Amino acid sequence: MRAARAAPELDRSRTGAAASARGRDKAAVKRWRRVSHLALWALTLTPAVVTVVHTFTGNLGVNPIETLTHRTGWWAIVILALTLTVTPLRRLLGWNWLVRYRRQLGLGAFIYASLHLGIYAFLDLGLDLSILAEDIAERPFITVGFTAWLLLLALALTSTTASMRRLGKRWTTLHRLVYVVAGLVSLHYIWGQKVLETQPIVFAALFAVLLMSRAVYSWRKRRAGPRTLPRRTTTEPPS
Amino acid sequence: MSINRLIEIPEEEVTPEEVYLSRRSFMRGAAAVTLGAVASRALGQSEESGGGDLSELGQTDEALTDYEAITTYNNFYEFGYDKSDPSRRSGDFVTEPWSIEIGGLVEQSGTFALEEIVSQFETLRRTYRLRCVEAWSMVIPWNGFMLRDLLEVVKPTAEARFVAFETVYRPEQMPGQRRDLLPWPYVEGLRLDEAMHPLTLLATGLYDQPLKNANGAPIRLVVPWKYGFKSIKSIVKITLTAEQPPSTWNIYAPHEYGFYANVNPDVDHPRWSQATERRIGEFRRRDTLMFNGYGDLVADLYEGMDLVRNF
Repeated sequence: MRAARAAPELDRSRTGAAASARGRDKAAVKRWRRVSHLALWALTLTPAVVTVVHTFTGNLGVNPIETLTHRTGWWAIVILALTLTVTPLRRLLGWNWLVRYRRQLGLGAFIYASLHLGIYAFLDLGLDLSILAEDIAERPFITVGFTAWLLLLALALTSTTASMRRLGKRWTTLHRLVYVVAGLVSLHYIWGQKVLETQPIVFAALFAVLLMSRAVYSWRKRRAGPRTLPRRTTTEPPS
Repeated sequence: MSINRLIEIPEEEVTPEEVYLSRRSFMRGAAAVTLGAVASRALGQSEESGGGDLSELGQTDEALTDYEAITTYNNFYEFGYDKSDPSRRSGDFVTEPWSIEIGGLVEQSGTFALEEIVSQFETLRRTYRLRCVEAWSMVIPWNGFMLRDLLEVVKPTAEARFVAFETVYRPEQMPGQRRDLLPWPYVEGLRLDEAMHPLTLLATGLYDQPLKNANGAPIRLVVPWKYGFKSIKSIVKITLTAEQPPSTWNIYAPHEYGFYANVNPDVDHPRWSQATERRIGEFRRRDTLMFNGYGDLVADLYEGMDLVRNF
């Protein structure tokens, strides 16, 4: 990746020029990264912005609060699925740069999950926290959803680079909780319906495939032995 | 109008007296025995309360839910499980001609053309609250007639204790029926005294318009003190039985949906609370009322019953 961005052959003969070219190169990479992260944020938040516009133009249908709850929940699941697709895709296609956007996607999923919970708690139940507490305690599908949000909260709070440094290897272990979140979210979605609808089952199946691909990868890696250690190392440990 | 135009039954079951009996005198005879008795019990009124003063029964002056909302936000799984499916995917559903097969423990069984049934009865406009088991509600001005009027014409026998209903099964016209979302056809049931209650309607319209396909055209049940799923849509079969008939949601999830399904804020659905509801068009939730606010008219039907066990 770096080689592809190296300065032209001509400049390498003059070390000063090469250094400054590398400097320019580095700055360009940095700028590109910043722009790409911003672009991803813009993309991630577009559904939220569209929903806000729909809210103020009265385009949320007959039961707006239900629409808001369902829509934010749906996007949380979609973005969570995208987050969990990063690693398998990277391994499959060798696109190591993808991992750079994984934490950001995870944060996106957390944001939508928080909106989903917030709309339910504050708009739907109308700030009556005793009802929320009762729902969480007594209604399993809400208990499951709330647990998923708590885990996402823990992951979001430790998603900074500083946390990664501080926690070291434990960070990887901690962030494997996202697999548990995927399971809980699948259950929450299926359980929230009156009948077995298609979409919740499709998402549950997708999560199963994404998690299984990791199991298969680590199993093959173990079987292959030390001779074929992963060739690519990345700044973030695989998840 | 002669009764034989309404009731088309096999020759051998037709007795000459019934052929010549006019519907008016037939109804008057029935009213004296059943209609008057039920009405007076339900309303706490005297024996004189005939059909006339029942037309305003259970009326509410609450704000009506928008026609647009009533006709586009529906649970009618025959067309799909999304609320917008019934209005979006019911275009192929044909409701003309339509007939209803009435049988079981009745004296006058047979298959009757819908327009002949409807033409026999005065069309009432009744504005009822509708409370869905999913904790939302609407206020709907229905047009229809009392189920009891029809039952009195077909005359349940002495053994009849329940009424079973069945929705049409037409997977080629109803996309939801092409999948096993629920066991088809949709079936529902009432106890005979619930069916004979003057609040219980067979609706053929709302907002003075014929029912749209999404709302259960051409004819559906309306039982305002029970959760919406009891009010079965697009009815093709009515059967009087001695035993409690099956009901679709109860078959699908017996611990979540009971046979009675009376609106009850104190008995929660296992997965959500029934204490409050969102009235479509309102922002804040409102408290759900026992029997959906019709307790003074129907509570005595359930006297001495454990409504937690018989949910």
